[in-house]
Formats: sequence, structure tokens, C-alpha cells
Amino acid sequence: MSRNPVAAAASRAAEEVVRFDDVSMRYGRGPDVLSDLNFGLAPGSFHFVTGASGAGKSSLLKLIYLAAEPSKGRLHLFGQDVAAAPAAAKPQLRRRIGVVFQDQVLLDHLSVFDNAALPLRIAGRKPAEYRTDVAELLSWVGLSARMDAMPATLAGGERQRLAIARAVVNRPDILLADEPTGNVDHEMAVRIFRLFVELNKLGATVLIATHDQDLIARSGRPVLHLEGGRIARRPAPGSAQGAPAQGLI
Amino acid sequence: MSEAFDPQRWRPAPFLPEAEARDGALIFVVAVLCFLACLTAMGVIAADRAAAGWTGQLTGEATVIVRPKGGETPDAAAARAAEALAGTAGVTEARALEPAKAYDLIRPWLGDVSDIEDLPVPRLVAVTLDGRHPADAAKLRTALQSQNVDATVDDHSVWIKDIRRAGGVVKVLGTSVFLLIAAAAAAVVAFATRAGLAARRDVVEVLHLAGAEDGAIARLFQARFARIAAQAGLIGAGAAAMVGAALRIAGGGGGLTPALPLAWSDLLAVIPCPLLAAAVAAVAAQVTATRLIRAMP
Repeated sequence: MSRNPVAAAASRAAEEVVRFDDVSMRYGRGPDVLSDLNFGLAPGSFHFVTGASGAGKSSLLKLIYLAAEPSKGRLHLFGQDVAAAPAAAKPQLRRRIGVVFQDQVLLDHLSVFDNAALPLRIAGRKPAEYRTDVAELLSWVGLSARMDAMPATLAGGERQRLAIARAVVNRPDILLADEPTGNVDHEMAVRIFRLFVELNKLGATVLIATHDQDLIARSGRPVLHLEGGRIARRPAPGSAQGAPAQGLI
Repeated sequence: MSEAFDPQRWRPAPFLPEAEARDGALIFVVAVLCFLACLTAMGVIAADRAAAGWTGQLTGEATVIVRPKGGETPDAAAARAAEALAGTAGVTEARALEPAKAYDLIRPWLGDVSDIEDLPVPRLVAVTLDGRHPADAAKLRTALQSQNVDATVDDHSVWIKDIRRAGGVVKVLGTSVFLLIAAAAAAVVAFATRAGLAARRDVVEVLHLAGAEDGAIARLFQARFARIAAQAGLIGAGAAAMVGAALRIAGGGGGLTPALPLAWSDLLAVIPCPLLAAAVAAVAAQVTATRLIRAMP
């Protein structure tokens, strides 16, 4: 039976949480930092994004967390064409995405607890519903003794862990992380990675941009490698990386 | 877990810092603008009252200059004119002024003249007009002509016209200055909002990326700047009211100058200032914040 290619693409986009169709991106009038990307992420998949500095890893994540717009092509999130989505729908899409930034952007006038609880407050949840969860999560990332501290008093690793706690506190459908273990010691890096794995087991799609080859090797998760803004290598289904690679479509 | 911190007793902190270092400068500038706006408003009200008072006095009166005819004495001519005018509709009272009053009126121009009584000074009749239905100059002239009195009626219309025009100019100028100051306050608040947003771009970005709606973020800044402007408005209005009260006490009911007869009730003009300042700030902050947030992807 022959299938309409447009209908097939729409159907495929609807099945994936993220879909890039011929997506390019540039900053202002500069050159493309991402060119002709075509891939999708299946729900519950777990991938690493690698590439040299300037390869486009952070820009790729920015497109997904709606901090930038494609200059060409179509980006679908949760089956919705982002360019066609009304402005009012974007906050709802953002609430389903957790982001751990390379440079932790914390609100310096809010305590550790307030920073971690921020996404839940924005989503309109009542404090009584999440107080305990936030406290447990902060304990999990090793910040139980710093809950009332202000971010300015935190060490680099503590700030990183707080940023991670804030990104995962509302159990996002997509978790994006840009060098999440860059400022933490090995033990904490393992803990953080385990947290990401747990969220992935609960159904979150995880995409981590990192240079940490050791972490990638130990995890055995598929890798999307960028070079010059293009996908240079993608895991083939049935490759040595095994089943997890099938999340990339 | 920290002993000092109990998550069960935690209360969410405001998304925006409650106070910032730059707030003091903003409050000062907006308070000064509100102070000037309140003084202008009080000045316009007082000047309007002065113009209305002068106009009211002049419209309520007319002066008739009587020239004796034939062998009639000036006093007899004046008495006849007063009698003719008193019976006219729209006239409450018509009274021939004593010769001494007429001499008093011309003495400043003539100096100390010993035989001033010998001069042919015309007699004057002061006419008080009905406040509700005053007789006009033509009616007074007709009444005088009917009694064959040679007289000139001055109903002060030239002066009234000038005073009304001057009062109108003062009102327009004062209102313009008031609006200009309000616009300057709005511009300052808009500029401060833009600077505040630029300084707290981190907050805006974090809230934005965490899924806060544009309107909700804009409302945070709207509430913040409205509060600051209301506070500044209160200070400016309070200072203006104190200056007004000092002028009222120093000048009494007539004011320091007859052009500005300040009344205690004029001080009430400052009351809306904090609310107006807050409203202007809220609108300026809402427009500026919305525009800046929408420029984000």
C-alpha cells in the first residue's frame, strides 16, 4: 500500500517527542550553526550529544527548549509543530521540558529551596503538595544541609546540583542537560547520572550534551555526534550500542 | 538537614527581589515629579479661583458716570440716575456715590490739589446687579435715556474679557505643565522598567524557560513598579501638601499673592497623586515588560 509522504511525516512526528525535519539554525545574520538536521527522539529514549566546542551541541538543545527558533525547516515537540503553535501554547510546552544549563542560572535572591521549587510554583502547584518532594530531591542531590542557603554562598558543584534539582523537580517529559557533570566530582557525577537514568525509567526522554567520554562509555547509551552543525555520526539500529540506540529515529 | 530550615514551615518567596539598590534613585525622581505635578495642580486650582472671583465681582457691578444737564446740579442728576436704575429689572441696588468718593478716585492722578471741589468732577452711581439675572449695559442705558439722564454706563465687560482670557491661559498652561510632568514620570518609569528588566534578565529568562506565561512575568514587574510609584507619589504628594499648608498659613485666605488665593480644600488635590502615579507606572511597566518579553523566542 502506497503512503502519502507528508502524512507519513506527520504521523512520525506525532509518535515522537522531538522531531527535526531539515532544521537549520543561525544567530542573527551569521552562518548556520546547525544545518539540515533530520532526526527524531522516541518517547523514553536516552541519548548523548557529542562534538567539539562550536559543533552546535548547545544550539541543538536551545532549539528543543524553545530558547531559539529554527531559521529553516520544521521542529515538532510532542507532535506539535513549534512554528505553528500559538504563543500561549509555548509556556505549556516549556513546562514539560527540564533543562540543566552549562552555566547554572540560579535566582540569587531566592533560597536553595525556593530555586528548586520554582518550576512547581510556576505550574501553579500548592506548596503543601510538593514541600516534601522538594526536600527529598534536595537531599538526594546532597543539598539537605543547604536548603535555606542563598545561591551566592554555594560552591560550583552545589550550584550545579541545585540546577539539576530544579530541572527535574517537576518530572519533565524531556530532560536536556548541557555538560551536567562538568563541575562535580566523580561520585556526584555518578549520582547525577543515576538520577537521569531513574527519570528515564519513569518515561522521560533524556538528551545530554557532554564531553565526558568516560560517562558515555560506562553508560552504553547511544551517541549523536555533531561536526560543524551537522550530524556526523548517529547510532545505527542494531549497532554495538544495542537496544537503546533504537530510540533515535 | 539544616536545623534552622523546616520544609514544612517554608513559605514561597516573591519571584522578584523585594528591593533593589536602584529603587532609591527611582523613588526620588518620581517623588520629585509628583511633587511638581501636585504643586502645579494646586496652583491651577488657586489661579482659577482668583480669576473666577475677580470676574464674579466685576460682573456683579456696574458704574454709571452721570453728567448734569442744563441747570441741574450734579448731585440732583446723580440722584435721578440712581432712582431710574433702581427700578430696572436685574438691578439690586443703585446708589449715588458721595462727591468725596469721586474726589478720592481722581486724587491719585491729580495730586494734592487744595480746591479739588471746584473741579467739574462727574458724579458716579454704583450699581449692584442681580446675581442670577443681571441687567446688561444696554438695559441700563435704556433706563437712563427714558429719564433723560446724560450718562455713560461701564459694565466692566472689557476687564471681564481680559480676566477670563488670562484665567483661561493660566488654566491651559497649568494643565499642560501638569500633563508634561505626568508624561515625564511615565517616561522615567518606563525607562526604569526597561533598565530593571535588563538588570534582572536572568530572572525573566529563568521564569520564561520554566514555563511562566508572558503576562504573568509582565504582571510581576507591573506590580513592582506600581508599588514603587505609589510610594514615591505618596512622598511627593505629602511634600506638596506641606508646602501648600505652609503657604496657606503664611498667606491666610487671600494667599501670599492675590493671584493665588490658596484654600485648605485645594490641598485635597494631592490625594489622587499616589494612585495616578501607580496607574501610570503600571501601564508603562506592563507595556515595556510585555514588549521585551515577547522579543524573547
